[in-house]
Amino acid sequence: MTTLALPARDSVTMLRRSLRRMLRYPSLTLMLLGQPILFLLLFVYVFGGTLGAGLGPSGGRADYLAFVVPGILTITVASVALGTAVSVAMDATEGIMARFRTMAISRASVLTGHVLGTLIQTAVGLVVVLAVAVAAGFRPSADVGGWLAAAGLVVLFTVALTWLSVALGLVSKSVETASNLPMVLTLLPFLGSGFVPTDSMPAWLRVFADYQPFTPVIDTLRALLLGTPVDGGSAALAVGWSAAIALAGYVWAKSLFHRGAAR
Amino acid sequence: MRTSTQPAISVTGLRKSFGDTVVLDGVDMTVEPGTIFSLLGPNGAGKTTTVNILSTLLTPDAGSVRVAGHDLGRDADAVRRAIGVTGQFSAVDNLLTGRENLLLMADLHHLRRDEGRRRADELLERFDLTAVAGKTPATYSGGMRRKLDLAMTLVGDPSVIFLDEPTTGLDPRSRRTMWDSIRDLTARGVTLLLTTQYLEEADQLADRIAVLDHGKLVAEGTAEELKRLVPGGHLRLSFPDARGLALAAAALGEPVREEESLTLQVPTDGSVGALRAVLDRLDHAAVDVAELTVHTPDLDDVFLSLTGHATAPEPAKEAAS
Repeated sequence: MTTLALPARDSVTMLRRSLRRMLRYPSLTLMLLGQPILFLLLFVYVFGGTLGAGLGPSGGRADYLAFVVPGILTITVASVALGTAVSVAMDATEGIMARFRTMAISRASVLTGHVLGTLIQTAVGLVVVLAVAVAAGFRPSADVGGWLAAAGLVVLFTVALTWLSVALGLVSKSVETASNLPMVLTLLPFLGSGFVPTDSMPAWLRVFADYQPFTPVIDTLRALLLGTPVDGGSAALAVGWSAAIALAGYVWAKSLFHRGAAR
Repeated sequence: MRTSTQPAISVTGLRKSFGDTVVLDGVDMTVEPGTIFSLLGPNGAGKTTTVNILSTLLTPDAGSVRVAGHDLGRDADAVRRAIGVTGQFSAVDNLLTGRENLLLMADLHHLRRDEGRRRADELLERFDLTAVAGKTPATYSGGMRRKLDLAMTLVGDPSVIFLDEPTTGLDPRSRRTMWDSIRDLTARGVTLLLTTQYLEEADQLADRIAVLDHGKLVAEGTAEELKRLVPGGHLRLSFPDARGLALAAAALGEPVREEESLTLQVPTDGSVGALRAVLDRLDHAAVDVAELTVHTPDLDDVFLSLTGHATAPEPAKEAAS
């Protein structure tokens, strides 16, 4: 590459490809977004009354809705990231990634195209999920600063899970494996503070639930959206986990790509 | 750049192992610009590994490789700018249309938008894909996918093209079409490295053939040179009657005799000199010959005698000319 402009140009080309593929294959996006929306409706309208009563003496369905939305948002992020693993694995198994690797293009653009595409897809997905939540009665009370901080944290968390998924997509030998591997990500909010407060869990599970990456992210998002005080330690842990996963995922994905795990 | 006078591809001492398995065990080869060079060998001989190394996908354990005048180890990006690769599996984007696939390649080659469109249309036309340009490759036949794959490879106007088993799995008619496309490429001055397990394909297309077996080149030359390497070439002479047969057999030093069909098999290297010598002797003995045929060994014989085992079965016999 002789000029700096070319890697950016290649990344834009790859991003366009990613977005076009999403439009061509809308059922995947619908399936990925269907899951968090289904969970939202299920937990609010079926379990919400009972679970809300567990939140406190005055708790009800509306309180539970406010409680569960941040967890649903992280499931949305994880679910869309799963789609990324699938597309990356498709590229690798269909041989087009090998073709890209024999071309004099920016090496990074092949993967960043997927990551940028996922960021946009996630943003759209979060807006849709939030709209469903608002229709169900969710009334966030965040100020502009709170929204910006929440958005910033979600973007960082999305970058983290996306790079991890790119690596999982590359390490998978088949598209099927790629669609199963990151599934555990969408389950983690259940083993954290996504659906019930962690202090209601048995001690051994609570240790895991309190410190796994989703819990601090969900707690911080919840505080930001509801306008309650943000716990500094939790926020630091949320940013720390996200940065660590992003870095680890990026380094792993890059090394897999260079080693040619794509057959 | 003296690319026209130096080899398009030169490989010396190429080695590659995966774990304990030695895949390439010291391969040397030189491909002259504008020619088709075929690597012939059965599955597992190391053909794809060679292509993967030469096309920068794999790093060799040892050896030096120059492609289009650039050192592979030192300047892989310069090599990538000069090459095009069509692999064994059609590397097309199944969710994009045929035209979009070509435009994607044009964008990645940093062509101007209008130039990219022009190039895409021209290639669609040339490969007879214009009618399906707006459809996704999922709806294409195997032959059409390969053609789209090759068209994508050509968007960047490469000077050296690697074709890894370009017709594996194609029906005889699609194979013919693919062969025509490949011949057409060298007419445009492109250098081609073609791997194949089909002897007929190498025979049909290649200027030079190298036989690869267990990671080593066991022979190299033109198809004719290779055929002359092996015994088994003979003249088949038939005679009108038993007397002629006996006379001829005596004159030619008792070669293999088939009494019932009144024929003789005379070993020969297939050269004109050897043929003339046989005819002179028959002339001298005043024997009438009813029919004469020259049987030269085909590449199947070559392969068998060079490696001690046969190649993959030849499914394209019906396409033989």
